Amino acid sequence: MNNYLLIDFGSTYTKLTAVDLNAEAILGTAKSYTTVETDIMTGYEAALVELKATLAAKGRPDLEFDRKLACSSAAGGLKMVAIGLVQELTAEAAKRAALGAGARVLQVFDHDLTRRDIEKIAALKPDMLLLAGGTDGGNQTCILHNAKRLAEAKLPVPIVVAGNKSAMDDIDDLFKEAELIYSMSDNVMPKLNVLNVDPAREEIREIFMQRITHAKGIHTATGMIDDILMPTPAAVLKAAELLSKGTDLEDGIGTLVMVDIGGATTDVYSICDGEPTQPGVTQKGLEEPFAKRTVEGDLGMRYSALSLKEAAGSKRIRAYLKDDLADVDAACRHRSLQPDMIPQSPEERHMDEAIAKAAVALSVERHAGCLESYYSPMGVVISQLGKDLGNAAAFIGTGGVLVASENPKAILQEGLYDQETPTSLRPKSPAFKLDQDYILSAMGLLSQDHPDTALRIMKRHIVTL
Amino acid sequence: MTNTVVLGVIGADCHAVGNKILDYAFSKAGFNVVNIGVLSSQEEFINAAEETGAKAMIISSLYGHGEIDCRGLREKCDEAGLDDMLLYVGGNLVVGKHDWEEVKEKFLAMGFNRVYPPGADPEQGIRDLRDDLKLPKPE
Ligand code: B12
Repeated sequence: MNNYLLIDFGSTYTKLTAVDLNAEAILGTAKSYTTVETDIMTGYEAALVELKATLAAKGRPDLEFDRKLACSSAAGGLKMVAIGLVQELTAEAAKRAALGAGARVLQVFDHDLTRRDIEKIAALKPDMLLLAGGTDGGNQTCILHNAKRLAEAKLPVPIVVAGNKSAMDDIDDLFKEAELIYSMSDNVMPKLNVLNVDPAREEIREIFMQRITHAKGIHTATGMIDDILMPTPAAVLKAAELLSKGTDLEDGIGTLVMVDIGGATTDVYSICDGEPTQPGVTQKGLEEPFAKRTVEGDLGMRYSALSLKEAAGSKRIRAYLKDDLADVDAACRHRSLQPDMIPQSPEERHMDEAIAKAAVALSVERHAGCLESYYSPMGVVISQLGKDLGNAAAFIGTGGVLVASENPKAILQEGLYDQETPTSLRPKSPAFKLDQDYILSAMGLLSQDHPDTALRIMKRHIVTL
Repeated sequence: MTNTVVLGVIGADCHAVGNKILDYAFSKAGFNVVNIGVLSSQEEFINAAEETGAKAMIISSLYGHGEIDCRGLREKCDEAGLDDMLLYVGGNLVVGKHDWEEVKEKFLAMGFNRVYPPGADPEQGIRDLRDDLKLPKPE
């Protein structure tokens, strides 16, 4: 017997995936609606009943699971505040570490925290703080000042400290004295422009497992689940990285870009070094993570439909619809008020597709790097900020609107490189793929124990469009 | 660290060779060199100095537009709280042949601590920096 149950506690749905390891096959999936009001474990049990029925119908009524692993973005996901010194440097590095750990970054603070900033942080009610500042051996005054402010405030929030090594002992003493919940990690930017997010990411995941999931009403003690390993976006990032790089035994599919269009946010992932692909271009700024995740909180199909309309403009959405008179405003308002709306008519489906096109276009443009030109006496000098996604081999889409659409490829194509804005370094000629069975987060979890199997299942289930 | 310096070529200037030599010379002399390379803006110099706690900026300008590129840097340092930052600049600061004393005065008036003529020896800069930082003379 070698069966896994993989669970994704989402903000709206709890999704279950049953995997038979020997056959390397997905035995069945099930999902149930979960609301903030109901106990999250009730939703899980309902989905489990559904899954058992599916399995019974397939002739496996008494299937036992050897391992039950979960990820979670329930109750708003892992909410974090990142703190650094310079906005473009350690504050940005801290933000990237939190995003890579699967967090929702509520706000980023730089330089010295004021009493007002502390009040703001308290009001944001984050699940965790990430405190950075200074390169190793560099500026200590800022991170020490901020640590003092946090020690005085005694917020009941775990803090991961990942700043200037030279300040670590003093901060350790301060926080111990103040009896804060904290852990010390390695600097997110040990040297100027050098990014080191993995240790902080791991520390965040550790605290998430030990403290946060419990507080959000998911309990493992009952024996229903073995482990809640990570926030859902971290599982998706892990799956994407595995699919791209492959394993020792099995090839991956190469560099990739992935868009996850959700109700509240659109997340973009890129797995590539992103170095300049054009000759004569110099890379500038903070080093980019090989596996990068960005989150667009204003771009979503439901909760964030109105802010998406603000960002994209009605005209653009009408152009996607090829309808100059469509009432985009009413459509977005309706969706934001009814987050569980499922399109019934062809018109509603077309509107969803147009909104999704705007989400892809804007989110990929924000994720991708850009070129800046300086004019020198002898011509133009070009530098690159962020990642060049031009050579990405694959462009993967995930999310309900893509699966429901008759032409998901047309939606994803809005994320392509465009002659009219050549400075935006988006993918040029990737193979388009779709996560039609919503297996990415499950495979991220499975990859923890069985990467080869998870990779082969993904290669079969993530179909080329 | 008390001897961290930010090194770079300012503005839209992509002359890279002198920068490599300066990096080598200052590192060998025991300084902790944070090299931000060519095409560096004033903001990048300042951000780098803030995070690394640098005591000095060693700035090159080779292509003749040093004056425009360097103007306002001292004021920005003041804004950023980099109060005692030492600003050194060298290279081919202006286009063509100019009276050197005039050029030097201009840059001193802009708030630079030390200004070097074309082809200046990096060792001169190193000696001056040791003096300005009151570092002990090497044996
Ligand atoms: C190679 C070169 C190029 C190459 C650069 C390749 C590269 N990526 O590095 C290319 C062809 C790209 C180039 C382009 C241009 N160049 Co050019 N280039 C040169 C050249 C021939 C050599 C530069 C060099 O590497 N020198 C060797 C290094 C070791 O010396 P250095 O850079 O001067 O640095 C030393 C010292 O100055 C000193 N130093 C420098 N900074 C500092 C700072 C401090 C604090 C201290 C103490 C010391 C110090 O220490 C350094 C190490 O020893 C010079 C002419 C020359 N012979 O110097 C022209 C020259 C610098 N270029 C010049 C010009 C005008 C240009 C262009 C604008 C157009 C053109 N004519 O080609 C473009 C500008 C492009 C841009 N946006 O930057 C002019 C500048 C004129 C001026 N300032 O009055 C020069 C002087 C040629 C000339 N006589 O006209 N160039």
